[in-house]
Amino acid sequence: MERTTLDLWVGLFVVAGLAAILVLAMKVGNLSTFNMSESYTLQAEFDNIGGLKARSPVKSAGVVVGRVTAITFDNKSFRAQVSMVIDKRYQFPKDTFAKILTAGLLGEQYVGLDPGGDEQILKSGDIVAKTQSAVVLENLISSFLYSKAAEGDAKK
Amino acid sequence: MLDRGLAAIRGTGHHVVNGVWRFGFACRFFLAVLMHSGISFRRFQLTIKEIYFSGVLSLIIILVSGLFVGMVLGLQGYETLQKYGSEAALGSLVALSLVRELGPVLAALLFASRAGSAITAEIGLMKATEQITAMEMMAVDPIARVIAPRFWAGVISMPLLAAMFSAIGVFGGYLVGVVMIGVDDGQFWSQMQSAVDFRLDVMNGVIKSCVFGVAVTAIALFEGYDAPPTAEGVSHATTRTVVTSSLAVLALDFLLTAFMFRGI
Repeated sequence: MERTTLDLWVGLFVVAGLAAILVLAMKVGNLSTFNMSESYTLQAEFDNIGGLKARSPVKSAGVVVGRVTAITFDNKSFRAQVSMVIDKRYQFPKDTFAKILTAGLLGEQYVGLDPGGDEQILKSGDIVAKTQSAVVLENLISSFLYSKAAEGDAKK
Repeated sequence: MLDRGLAAIRGTGHHVVNGVWRFGFACRFFLAVLMHSGISFRRFQLTIKEIYFSGVLSLIIILVSGLFVGMVLGLQGYETLQKYGSEAALGSLVALSLVRELGPVLAALLFASRAGSAITAEIGLMKATEQITAMEMMAVDPIARVIAPRFWAGVISMPLLAAMFSAIGVFGGYLVGVVMIGVDDGQFWSQMQSAVDFRLDVMNGVIKSCVFGVAVTAIALFEGYDAPPTAEGVSHATTRTVVTSSLAVLALDFLLTAFMFRGI
């Protein structure tokens, strides 16, 4: 085979292969939508994290602003310590409220940040003071049953 | 009775010694290929020719199988997911299974049977027709001139083929899921994009296929180089290439998956 045709075919092959990797990165993967070049870390303590996992998203107003990096159990306070990295482009006031929310009825859990009204902003390594735990279905059902039972007693 | 027992033990010993000897020879062969690979980059034309034979000519089988695997994933995934009312997750199912596992593994298996067997047969025949000895007589190093370019061509082609397999597979899943069955277009892509992570999923798939490329081409080259220079020997070596490299790919896949996704 001619050397130039050979080069052409191999060149096409390599370009197509690299294009496939690019498609996987951009169209299939999340490189185009979520790209954290610079970030800072925040900590938060929760009574109960439910099904939160490392790499779960951190969202504010529904927009993904960061990811959970590590979850550890604090031996002193007996609470879960959640570390998250937040994109440098997004800043939050000091009195931001961190909740653990669920996407859909049985969807994955994520950390939701509700910004407060403080003038000062959270810096790297800061702790989000106000948190709300995950809703545990069993606790919800038992409190519902107790309140029902209490109603039944009151009627008698 | 004693004789037969001794013969059995001797047979076992013979197999073990043979196996160890072959393994040692394979390691030395692999090192020799790595040490003599300078020429395959200095005279890159040699490698380009081999990329054409093992990469470009494997394109058709890779693309067609990728498309069909993606389409089957779309059909089967939809059947199962719609029972739980979560057919919107079809995109992430198809993409994750292709990018993480099926793309690298199936592309490597196809590559082993399409290109690996051809490499073994070619080198085995070169040995049988004494072309390799002739090269040595002319003071041309056959490892640098024949083996190393084929090795690097395989290592370069494999990740590209696997990426194409995954990409066309996702397209096949899209064809069946969105165009044929009617899963929502936006949900298909957005769920996929939120589930597939570039570094953790796409890059790990690429790393996997690089490792498979090294394993499959090294096995194919070694089997060809080691084949007895007879018609029967070459045919046995070709069979062994396909069997050994398929098993190696599946075993390596388990190991790599354990390291990458469980973080052992």
